[in-house]
Amino acid sequence: AMDTDLSSQDRKDLDKFIKFFALKTVQVIVQARLGEKICTRSSSSPTGSDWFNLAIKDIPEVTHEAKKALAGQLPAVGRSMCVEISLKTSEGDSMELEIWCLEMNEKCDKEIKVSYTVYNRLSLLLKSLLAITRVTPAYRLSRKQGHEYVILYRIYFGEVQLSGLGEGFQTVRVGTVGTPVGTITLSCAYRINLAFMSTRQFERTPPIMGIIIDHFVDRPYPSSSPMHPCNYRAGEDNGAVYPSVEDSQEVCTTSFSTSPPSQCVFTVTKAHFQTPPPVVTDTLKVPVMGLAFSHQLSSSRLSYQPAALGVGSADMGYPVLFAGGFNAAHPHQLIGPSKEGGVPPIPSQPAHGTQADQERMCTPLDGVHYSAATPSSSEDTETVSNSSEGKSGSPHDFLETIFIRKVGAFVNKPINQVTMANLDIPFAMFAPKNVELEDNDTMVNPPDSPETESPLQGSLHSEGSSGSSTGNTHDDFVMIDFKPAFSKDDILPMDLGTFYREFQNPPQLSSLSIDIGAQSMAEDLDSLPEKLAVHEKNVKEFDAFVETLQ
Amino acid sequence: AAPAMNCRAEVLEVSVEGRQVEEAMLAVLHTVLLHRSTGKFHYKKEGTYSIGTVGTQDVDCDFIDFAYVRVSSEELDRALRKAVGEFKDALRNSGSDGMGQISLEFYQKKKSRWPFSDECIPWELWTIKVNVVNLANEQERQICREKVGEKLCEKIINIVEVMNRHEYLPKMPTQSEVDNVFDTSLKDVQPYLYKISYQITDSLGTSVTTTMRRLIKDTLAL
Repeated sequence: AMDTDLSSQDRKDLDKFIKFFALKTVQVIVQARLGEKICTRSSSSPTGSDWFNLAIKDIPEVTHEAKKALAGQLPAVGRSMCVEISLKTSEGDSMELEIWCLEMNEKCDKEIKVSYTVYNRLSLLLKSLLAITRVTPAYRLSRKQGHEYVILYRIYFGEVQLSGLGEGFQTVRVGTVGTPVGTITLSCAYRINLAFMSTRQFERTPPIMGIIIDHFVDRPYPSSSPMHPCNYRAGEDNGAVYPSVEDSQEVCTTSFSTSPPSQCVFTVTKAHFQTPPPVVTDTLKVPVMGLAFSHQLSSSRLSYQPAALGVGSADMGYPVLFAGGFNAAHPHQLIGPSKEGGVPPIPSQPAHGTQADQERMCTPLDGVHYSAATPSSSEDTETVSNSSEGKSGSPHDFLETIFIRKVGAFVNKPINQVTMANLDIPFAMFAPKNVELEDNDTMVNPPDSPETESPLQGSLHSEGSSGSSTGNTHDDFVMIDFKPAFSKDDILPMDLGTFYREFQNPPQLSSLSIDIGAQSMAEDLDSLPEKLAVHEKNVKEFDAFVETLQ
Repeated sequence: AAPAMNCRAEVLEVSVEGRQVEEAMLAVLHTVLLHRSTGKFHYKKEGTYSIGTVGTQDVDCDFIDFAYVRVSSEELDRALRKAVGEFKDALRNSGSDGMGQISLEFYQKKKSRWPFSDECIPWELWTIKVNVVNLANEQERQICREKVGEKLCEKIINIVEVMNRHEYLPKMPTQSEVDNVFDTSLKDVQPYLYKISYQITDSLGTSVTTTMRRLIKDTLAL
C-alpha cells in the first residue's frame, strides 16, 4: 500500500534514481580514497551521461563491484548498501576505518515530486558526500597511502556491520532525501582511534592487532566481495586493457520545465560516436547511442549498437586505476605495491571475470549489433524497476536513448509503449508507435500554478516523431509530440495543449514597452487641449450628472 | 537592518593565524557555493530547460592540514579569491586585534516599477566570524595547522547539516525570471545570486559600519 499514490512512471523513475544514486555514491567514496586529488570539468551543455548534473567519473571496476553487491536490488529497509573502507599495511595487517551506509527507512514523503525534487535533492546529497568524504580522518590517511599501507574498499549489501570499527566510533550524517517510498539516508561511521594518529605515528606502532586476523574469515559474509584497493597504479609502460564497458553511463539528460505539470518533457541527447581506445572511461565524454530499441514491452531481445566510450582525458588528473585481477577465491592476494617498490603487472583480463565480462569489451562502431551471447553473470538484468520487463541474458552495458511518453488520461489513440528493459535513463519516454496506454497521471495537476517546480513537465513538439533508429545523428534532441487529454477542437486549429503552450508566455503588452508607451503618451498629450475644450463645453451636463450622484 | 523575515542565517566562527585566513575563508565559501550552484540552464521551447553539468575538484590548503572540494569554475574561484583577499587585507590593516567577519548572502531580485529600484531579498545568509591569532614559534604553528584543519572539518559538517534541512530555496524560475534568482554571468556554472561583504571589528568590539551599511541599503533597495 506504500506506493498506491505513486504513478508507475514515477516509481520507475524513482527506482532508477535510487539505483544510480547508489552507484554514484560508491564512486564518490572510492574515488575519495584513491589518494589522489580528483578533478572533473564543468560543462555548460548537458552531455547526457552526467547523472544528477554532476561530473562524477565512473571507474568501471567500482561500478562492477557495486552492481555485484546490489545484485539487482535497491536499498530498502533492512537492506543497506555499505562501502567499507579499510587500511592494510604492507605486513598484511588490516583495520576498518569507515563504513559508509546508504540506507532506506520507512518514513515516506508522499507529496514530494519524484522527477524533480527528489532528483535535485539527490544531487545535493552527492555534493554533500563530496564534501564530507574529505573531512573524515581516513581522507588524510588515504592521501598518504602507497608505501606503508594501502586503502581498500569493500561493498556489501544487507545489514550494516559496525563492529569492526572499534570502540567509540563516531558517525557523521551526510544527509537524507525523502521519497514517496521511504527516506534515503547516507551516513558514515568512522573509527576515531586514528584521529590522533599521524602517519608517522602509524608507522612506528606495532601491528594493529596482536595476531594477524584473517580478515575475510571473520566476515559475516564470507562469500561477499573481497577487498579492493582504492588505488593501484599501473606501470607506465603497461598496456593493460581495462574492461571499459560502462553500463552506468546511460542517458540521463533531464529536461525540466517551469510550465504546469500536465505534460512531460524528455530530452535525450545523442552524442557522436567515437572509436574507443581501451582506457578508463570518462563519463563526461560518453556519447549516447543511437535510437535502437525494440517495440515490445517485455522483449528480452534487444539490439544495441555498442556504445562508444570516450577517452578518459589525461588532463583530468584522474589516476589510472586498478582494473581487475582480484581473485575472489583468494582475497589475500592483493596486488599492491611490493616491497621492492616495483609494481606487478596488471593482468590484461580480469581474473575473476566471467565469460560475459570478458565479452563486454568495446567494439568498434561498425553498426554491428551486439546481443548477449551468454547470460549475464554479475551484471544485473535491469529488473530493478520493472518485473514486467524481465529480461534475461541481455547485458545492459550500452547506452540507448529511449523514448517513453506519458499520455493523458483520455487520449484517443492507443500509443504503444516502448520500454527498454534497460531503463537507465531517469525519465523514460514512449516511442510514438505501439505504446501501451499508461493509466497515468499527467492531467492530474491543473495548470493553475504555472510557476510550479515540477520538472520534466512541459511539452514536446514532434519532429516527425518516429523514434526509430534512423534518427539524425546530428540532431541533438528529438522531441516527441505529446497529446494532452482533450482531443482536438474543430473550431480552433489547435488542441488544448497547444493552446496552453502558446499562450502561457504571452509577449509583453505593447503599451507597456517604453517606446510605444512614450509614443502614445506624446499622442495623448497632443490631443489633450482638444479634449479639454470639448469637456469645457459640456461642463453643465457634467455638473448635472454629478448632482444626481450625490 | 535585519534580513527579510524568512532569511535563514548561519554563523560560523574560526580562529586562525593570519596566513590561514584566505584558505579558511575559501574553504567555507566554496563549500557553501558547491551546494548552492547548479549547472547552466538552457531554456528551450515552452518553458522547458535542461541543466548543464557541474564539475568538482579537490583543493589542498598550504597553511592548514585540510582539503576541500570546490566547483570547477575558474570564474567563481576568482570572484571568491578577490573578495577574500580584500577581507584579508582589511583585517591586516585594521590593527592588532584582527577580528572581523565575512558574509555570503544569497538573495532574489524582485523587480519594482519605476521609480523604485529592484529589491534584493535575501533568503540565506552565512556569516563567518574570524579571529586572527598571532603565534610565537614554529611548534605552535604546526599545532595550529592541525587544529584549524580539524575545526574546518567540523565547519564543513555543520554546513552540510544546514544544507540537508532542505529548507526554503527559490522556486525554479522561468526564462524571463532566471536572472532574478541565479547568477547567469558565469560560463560554466550557475550559482544562486549572491553577494559577499565583510566588516572589521575594531578593538573596542564595535563594528566598522561602512560595508554593513551598504549591505543594508542593498537589502532595502531604496
